[in-house]
Parts: sequence; structure tokens; C-alpha cells
Amino acid sequence: MNSFISADSIKFEYKNIEGQTQLALDGLNIKIDKGEFVAVLGHNGSGKSTFAKHMNAILVPTEGKLTVKGMDTADDDLLYDIRQCVGMVFQNPDNQLVATVVEEDVAFAPENLGVPREEIRKRVDDALEAVGMTKYKLHATYKLSGGQKQRVAIGGIIAMRPECIVLDEPTAMLDPVGRKEVMKSIRMLNRDLGITIVLITHHMNEAAEADRVIVMSKGKVIMDAPPKEVFWRTEELYDAGLSVPQPVELLLLMRKDGAEIEEGVLTVEECAEALAKIIKSARK
Amino acid sequence: MSTIIEARSLTYTYGVGTPFEHTALDNVSFRIEEGEFVGIIGHTGSGKSTLVQMLNGLVTPSSGEVYFRDKNIHDKDYKLRDMRFKVGLVFQYPEYQLFEETVYRDIAFGPKNMGLSESEIDDRVREAARFTGIREEQLEKSPFELSGGQKRRVAIAGVLAMRPEVLILDEPTSGLDPRGRERILELIKSYHRERGTTVLFVTHSMEDIARTVERLIVLNESKLVLDDIPENVFLKADFLDSIGLDVPQITKVFMLLSEKYGINIPTSVYTVKYAKKIVDELMAKGEIK
Repeated sequence: MNSFISADSIKFEYKNIEGQTQLALDGLNIKIDKGEFVAVLGHNGSGKSTFAKHMNAILVPTEGKLTVKGMDTADDDLLYDIRQCVGMVFQNPDNQLVATVVEEDVAFAPENLGVPREEIRKRVDDALEAVGMTKYKLHATYKLSGGQKQRVAIGGIIAMRPECIVLDEPTAMLDPVGRKEVMKSIRMLNRDLGITIVLITHHMNEAAEADRVIVMSKGKVIMDAPPKEVFWRTEELYDAGLSVPQPVELLLLMRKDGAEIEEGVLTVEECAEALAKIIKSARK
Repeated sequence: MSTIIEARSLTYTYGVGTPFEHTALDNVSFRIEEGEFVGIIGHTGSGKSTLVQMLNGLVTPSSGEVYFRDKNIHDKDYKLRDMRFKVGLVFQYPEYQLFEETVYRDIAFGPKNMGLSESEIDDRVREAARFTGIREEQLEKSPFELSGGQKRRVAIAGVLAMRPEVLILDEPTSGLDPRGRERILELIKSYHRERGTTVLFVTHSMEDIARTVERLIVLNESKLVLDDIPENVFLKADFLDSIGLDVPQITKVFMLLSEKYGINIPTSVYTVKYAKKIVDELMAKGEIK
């Protein structure tokens, strides 16, 4: 069966400033199904952004093949179809807004796609609703907060009606409130609209919300499993230059001392529950 | 200890008389003692960046004064330029400010402007490079060939090379991966330890700051709302959460243990190490009241 996105042993070479050939992706194999919420983790330089740019054909593999709904990204004739299918949101909210008014910015993509006027109106309204920005539709884009700008950028992608959205560190430049807003929008798009989400992130707690976590290092996949499993493989995570969520770190320390703790505990609530159990049993 | 910087009732209002009038800083006062390591936290728009730019005279307050070593920096005959060499400010995303042809020259830019001798400049560049983990052979490279994390360390080295008496860093870890964050935190900590420089560290990452500083100043909606040691600040985790700050996950775990499970446990926990110690103590006692 064909996966929605399928990267088949892809390599990506580039020349650095000194003219040496570097390998950003080194035989990467990843399959993503429709409707999945996948987080991609990896330290700076692990190749995760390079991979992100392959999913809507900003970059094409030097070797191997990447397909989106069976469309080969190396085929120039399919470029528009691929980009309409997979939308991309980048890190810096200030670099992505093109219009001065919120609703005009969201209308930019459908206008370019030649969508009829009435349909554009509907898509823009729906998109703003989806990211919770309806009441700002006539506001100036430059006056929004970082989190709001990022949600408008996501709205602009949704108005294109893509099947998949790839977000490359969308919260890296935001504060905690902005991060929460954006993560809420992302979850909603996946759960309620069934949009496939690929979230590239540095934040372990954001990755913990995905169905599946892919960890990259040196242009390869080194882990690919549900978050409950990935975050307990701490040695591998540290080796890959990543950190472990604080609750897991504490429970692991307790386990080293002989406490009985089941693997897979991940959230604050689960950690508190596990700890309460241990403490209460020690009391008896 | 003597006071190195004092903020007296700092207020800043921009766009006065226009519809965009906004108070970015509202009557903020505090003293920073020599050698302190202080964190300044607050959400976006709380006034932190305005505040730190005031501390080295880049932004003039609408009212209130900044004193550096007991001298009002707004006095007519005050030498603001000299003071800026003493209060080094590392801006947000400082890597965008690199401009020289080589890493060496970029780091040397500050000391050169101070009018130091070539050999003194050389000493300082090499020392700053050592602190920030920039290797000898990288000094002759173009700063634009380096990775993001390396560029940021070069930018920080450029400020360290001035040997400021106060080092102010505005969100030095934002946008970096965990290893990059750890490295920057470590280098700032060891610089503070070795040189005894006063450090002000601006961030919205509570987990970073909790492990690093001795004192926390919390800003919310342009006002100073808390100024205390981290332990006492994290006791008010509910409040921090309500003003849009990210309370460390481990603090939230302990809040739940206390509120939901009725376990008598201090909620001022903010590092994993400290959390482990508290749990161990509870277990050792065997009984919890």
C-alpha cells in the first residue's frame, strides 16, 4: 500500500561555503499515513529541516525518491499539485505574512490558485475560525503578537485546503502563551479536520502530544515510535543531543534507587500519580 | 557588597498623545549588587527588553533614573559611551549582528572601539573565544560559515571581550536545541563563576532560569511583580502560570501531589535534582504528616 508521504532511501547533498560536499540526509526512510500527527525531533544539523523542505518539493532528493500521494516531488509538472497538497509553516512569523490586513493575508493563497471570489470568502472565514483569529480579521498584521501572527500564517495555509501541513519549529520564536495557542490550533486541525500534521520541534513536551515521534540524527532516522516509548529511551536521546522531559528524568532516578515504576509515564498528571503511589506505599 | 546598578521608578511610555500610547514599563525599581546573578522573566510584551535597554542607556525612561555605581547615567556630563563598555548587552538573536570578515575581527570590534592596544585586544579576543568554546582555527573563518549556535557564541564573545562589569543577555538561548541551550547556559555560568561579573539574564524559559540564577525579577504587564530567590518565586507557581509564564513541569508535578493527592510536600521544587532530594527525604521518614 502506498503511504501518504513516502521517503525512500533519500539522500540530500549540498556544497558548503568551502566547496566540500556535505550529506544532510543520508538514506532516510520515512512513511507517514494520512491523518497522522507526527513530531520530528533532532538537534541542530540533524537534517530535520532539510527533510521538511522535501515534503513540499522546496528541495528534491539527490538520490532516492520522495512521493506525496504517489506524486514524485522530482517531477516539475507536479509541483503545484504537491504544494497545494502539503502546506508549510516556518519558524519566523514575520517572514511569512504578505498582506497588511489579516483576512487579506489568509486570502493570498486561494487568490493565487484562482479560486472563485465567493469560495475565497468562505475559505478565509473558515480558516480564521479554525485558528481562532476571526475577531482579528480586519486587524493590521504587523500589530499582532508572535503567536497570533503564526496562527494567521497557519490560517493562510488552511485556506489552501491542504491535506497535510508541515510546520518547521513554528513555536521557536514564541513565548509560552503563543506556544500554547499554536499547539492548540495544530491539535484541532489534526483531530477535527483530519489534516495530517508533521511538526518539527525542539520542545520535548510538544513532541509528547503527537501520535508518533521520529528522532533524527546525522541525516538518518534513529527512533520512530509513540512518545511514551521514545521518551524512556533516555540514553539514545542524550546521545542524539536531546533532553528528556523532567517527569521522566525524576522517575528514572527513582527507578535507579529501586522504586517500582512502569515505563511509559510521560505527562505531569501520570508522573504525579506514579509518585503518589510510591510515596503512599512507603507510608504503610 | 555594593550596588552596581539601581533602577529608580523607571517608567516608559511610547506614542504619547497618539492612539497607540502604551506604557511599556511602569514604575519599576530595584537594585543589583555587584557579582549577583539575576534572572529577569516575563511574557512577551511585559517590558523586559525595554528594561534592559534602559539599563545601558539605549532607551531613555519617560520618568525615573538609572544609576550605575551611584551615578545618574542621564546627567548631562555623564559619559554614557564609557558606561556602555562596562554594561555589555547581548541582544536577542545576536547572531544577526555579526558583520566582520573574520570571527577574530568581529570579536575584536568592541575592544578596538575602546581604544585598547593591539596586544590587549589580542588577549581579550582569545580569552573570550576560550570562554565561548570557539576554536583557534575558527577565528580566521568568516562568521557566516558557522552554524547558528556557533554564530551566537561568537556574538556573545564580542561582548565578553569588552570585559564588562555587568553582562546583560536578552533571551540568549531562544531558538537553540537542548544541547545548544545547555552550552550557552554553562558558558554563562562558568564566566560568572570565574570572573565574578554581575549577570542579568532575560528569558521566558523558566526551566533554564531555575537552574541558573540566584535571584529572580518577574515582570508582568509593565510592572515588577516579584523579586526574590527562585525557591520563593516558584512557591507561587499558580500565580506564575496565571501571568502566562511556563512553570517547570516538575513544579507542576509537585503541585498536583500536594493539591490532588493530599501529600504534604513543598511545591517550591523547580529542578529534578531537588525534587529527587525531597522525595528521598519523604521516603526516609516513612511517614508523612
